[in-house]
Amino acid sequence: MIENVLPAIYLLASVGFILAVKWMNNPATARRGVIIGEIGMLLAVIGTLLRPEVVEYRWILIGLGIGSAIGAPLAYLMPMTAVPQLTALSHAFGALASALIGTAEYYKGEIPLGFPMGALVLESLLGFLTTTASIIAFAKLQELMPTRPMTYKGQNVVSLSMLTAAIVIGGWMVAAPAPTWAFPAFIALAMGFGIMLVIPIGGADMPTVIALLNSYAGVAAAAMGFVLNNRLLIIAGALNGSAGLILSIIMCKAMNRSFTNVLFGAFGQLAAAATGTVAQRPVRSATPDEAASILDSARSVIVIPGYGMAVAQAQHKIRELYDALTKRGIDVKFAIHPVAGRMPGHMNVLLAEADIPYDKLLEMDEINGDFPNTDVALVIGANDVVNPLARTDKTSPIYGTPILDADRARTVMVIKRSMSPGFAGIDNELYYMNNTLMLFGDAKNFVAGIVKELAGSH
Amino acid sequence: MQSYEFGLYVFMLAAFLGFELVKRVSPLLHTPLMSLSNAISAIAVVGAILISGEKDASTLQRVLGFVAVICATLNVVAGYLITDRMLKMFRKREPEKK
Repeated sequence: MIENVLPAIYLLASVGFILAVKWMNNPATARRGVIIGEIGMLLAVIGTLLRPEVVEYRWILIGLGIGSAIGAPLAYLMPMTAVPQLTALSHAFGALASALIGTAEYYKGEIPLGFPMGALVLESLLGFLTTTASIIAFAKLQELMPTRPMTYKGQNVVSLSMLTAAIVIGGWMVAAPAPTWAFPAFIALAMGFGIMLVIPIGGADMPTVIALLNSYAGVAAAAMGFVLNNRLLIIAGALNGSAGLILSIIMCKAMNRSFTNVLFGAFGQLAAAATGTVAQRPVRSATPDEAASILDSARSVIVIPGYGMAVAQAQHKIRELYDALTKRGIDVKFAIHPVAGRMPGHMNVLLAEADIPYDKLLEMDEINGDFPNTDVALVIGANDVVNPLARTDKTSPIYGTPILDADRARTVMVIKRSMSPGFAGIDNELYYMNNTLMLFGDAKNFVAGIVKELAGSH
Repeated sequence: MQSYEFGLYVFMLAAFLGFELVKRVSPLLHTPLMSLSNAISAIAVVGAILISGEKDASTLQRVLGFVAVICATLNVVAGYLITDRMLKMFRKREPEKK
């Protein structure tokens, strides 16, 4: 009897996952999507526990309990600015699960050579490399490690030979019974390659990398589906794999770069070469008082947030500024660059946390046409994504990158700690324009200062 | 048709479906989308249960399976909860204030 019900449970679980992703396309249905996804996962777990070959329950239930007991507080206690780190950490655990299952299946010794073993090798390779890569990404995002790209001579050669060696050993295991040292060596190489993959990647490239690791975790789960002959795993893994892949493609496009360019760090070297040539040039600066009076007399304002806003935790003060300006009848909108922040959509989450209505958050293509009719563009903690050199200077490493046209607004104000260049290491032409005012200081304190002035002037 | 051949068809169709669905997601929700798909990738929990619940499993298999169950569950729970926590914050209109 139970054998007839089980496929139906798995089928329903697959429908749940598909609807979950589908309903994410709109903020109005997205929460429903999460609920249906949770139901799908619950069905998947129950459907698996009921399977006749599962007989030993005690450790499974203890494991489910421990996992929930750690996962729930992690999700609730992490501040919203830490979402990228949490996602990276969560990836690491998911990928480790796939990798350990692959290992257990391998040592069970019942997997036939050829296609099934190939799937196992792929599952373990992606599982182990995603585990270590995600841990490094976590360490960088949490700033346990330097976020700058760490490069050394011959890095790409070392990384690629590790990957090649892992693939060669993997191929051997697929083709013929391999000696006992083969699998441990394979694990070590996969884990080593995972570390090497992320070490040269700088903070600003994290959105692409996190999306890519997400995709790997999905493909590892799908490969496990082939090993265990389980279609639910294949469907969920494929959905996840393509979601991660398409997001990382969107991120790459937004930076006008290719995958290989992001992963093999050509940008890091270019940036290092460019840093030395930054010359001192005069800029105009202003105080919170002056900034407040300019904002007060504006009719339309576009705020451009960047990673600096997240670092300074300035989103709540920005919300106060938004309130103060909106109350005066000033039209305030937010321009969100696709790669602003440390993961795709990072800025939207922070501004939503500060209770800014999401219909005021506009993506690049929607808002770029509005800048010429805008009185003030207020740049908060963003740099390379508003650099007009990307449009004009063919020799610049960021030439061709789609940017927000802040420079086309009537007045541009930039809140920034100092004149130091951004991640790309190149000077920003925007800062030297005649209609640009630099507002030097911590983003949170500066915005607080403007809000105070605005409150006082009434 | 062999079972893995059938599986490849399933994989291909699901991957294309995923592409079409994710392409439509507004950039506004890219972060929640990522944590949701992160939670879905924790479907590995199914494999972990199968491995650790088998009748004649070796000690190694039980230990690896047990750790895998913990890791995958952690991923499921953290992934879904953080997604929901984020989505709760997305509001179209400001709350009425007096």
